[in-house]
Amino acid sequence: MSGAKPLHPGLFTWPNANPSLIGSRCLDCGEHAFPSQGSCRACSGQNTQNAELGNTGTLWTWTIQSFMPKTPYHTDETPETFRPYGVGYVELPCGLKVESRLRENTPDALRIGMPMALEIISVRKDEQGDDLVTFQFCAAEEAH
Amino acid sequence: MEVAIVGLGLHPFGRTATMSGLEQGAAAVRAALADAGTDFKAMQFAFGGSQDSGNADSLVNLLGLTGLQFTNVANGCATGGSSLNAAYSAIKSGQYDVGLVVGFDKHDRGAFNPKPAEWGLDDWYGETGLMLTTQYFGMKIQRYMHDYGISRDTLIRVAEKAFRNGALTPTAWRQTALSWEEIENAPMVSEPLNKYMFCSPAEGGCALVVCRADIAHQFHSRPIYLKTAVVRSRNYGSFEVFSPSQPPEVAASPTVTASQAAFELAGLGPEDIDVAQLQDTEVGAEIMHMAENGFCAHGDQEQWLADGVTEITGRLPVNTDGGCLANGEPVGASGLRQVHEICVQLRGDGGARQVAGEPKVGYTHVYGAPGISGVNILAR
Ligand SMILES: [Zn+2]
Repeated sequence: MSGAKPLHPGLFTWPNANPSLIGSRCLDCGEHAFPSQGSCRACSGQNTQNAELGNTGTLWTWTIQSFMPKTPYHTDETPETFRPYGVGYVELPCGLKVESRLRENTPDALRIGMPMALEIISVRKDEQGDDLVTFQFCAAEEAH
Repeated sequence: MEVAIVGLGLHPFGRTATMSGLEQGAAAVRAALADAGTDFKAMQFAFGGSQDSGNADSLVNLLGLTGLQFTNVANGCATGGSSLNAAYSAIKSGQYDVGLVVGFDKHDRGAFNPKPAEWGLDDWYGETGLMLTTQYFGMKIQRYMHDYGISRDTLIRVAEKAFRNGALTPTAWRQTALSWEEIENAPMVSEPLNKYMFCSPAEGGCALVVCRADIAHQFHSRPIYLKTAVVRSRNYGSFEVFSPSQPPEVAASPTVTASQAAFELAGLGPEDIDVAQLQDTEVGAEIMHMAENGFCAHGDQEQWLADGVTEITGRLPVNTDGGCLANGEPVGASGLRQVHEICVQLRGDGGARQVAGEPKVGYTHVYGAPGISGVNILAR
């Protein structure tokens, strides 16, 4: 995806051949957060720093968005071209669970505990015709 | 000083095209005042709220400019719970003798339309399709079913009960019972929850007259005593709506902390409750809230629903008026409808849906985004 820009800065390492989520880690209590934040939800401190959270995990829970959401949803889709998408929480190696769109969009393809991997997808094109991208997770290859 | 509820007023939930939300609130206040045999001039204070229908204190334009203290409350789905909590404190402290609690709303059809910035989130979260409360509810019950062995049949049973109870409730929005097949085959909204498993945004108003217990009989022959009113917000680790990430350990929800505090303050336990209202934004919520409020262990709901324990004829009737599922959810009024219904049951005025055996102690639980719960314990 050359010319692709993150829809929002600082959510994942970019540009990068193997992008990783970026969160924050509290230097006082060790708790992680995503997206990164300057204050800690666990201990109320303000001593945090950015941390790469990786790009793999396991599926903690899931659902399927079966109809096209109203605003603030903003993609290039129309009700005719809309395709249902999965939504889930993926438990990362650090234990943090990150909410994400999922590529899989049928109940048969989703199972709590299944291995997941990060991928980058286009949300829509900007005025210059460049892709605005975000992260989602998909089933990791069984081979991994 | 104990606190009593001596006036009940409800403008039926659903759709009233000819009335604004504010007018539905005023109608509820007038009904509550009439029930208490008093008038607006006698009210020393009011706490009220509405999410989408303007400032609650604008009600004075319809009810009279009497100079009373009128405080607007905005606490999402827990607005009614927070309003009643404030009124409870106002009377308990000795500041006032008698006053009003009121909630009303009039929402558009379809799902609520939250704006990321109002929830402390950046636009990407909404633009990429994560900002839907329906997704959260689907994901929470999905994990709960996995952890505690709750089946899809149990989800259907809760919906069946709601519409069956709604059919017995003259003020309910949905007054038609639905068959198992109708519920089972309804269009899917957010796995595993389908159309009939969610409540809908609605309209309506509800009001209560509250006073010092020692003057309660001046207003009504059957006062209902508000034993305790507790509101709690979420702790770190509680699994809540609109959360881009969740900590590793899942903490007890605000429902658990509010419920435990309410039982402790009232000196009562779950076994003392004769009839309950538990927030049923969707069927999964009612199931999880049965355990979070201490009425059963996690996983027991499967057997409880199969045995009809929470039916009107069961050991612990839950949502006897059909709850949010059959009444819809005008946010500002919804928590007060719960209290209204418990008061009706404790007075013995439930008609076709009256719980037998003259229930003495009732319980209400409201839950709302982004993780706030209100619990009231009531007794006659
Ligand atoms: Zn910390």
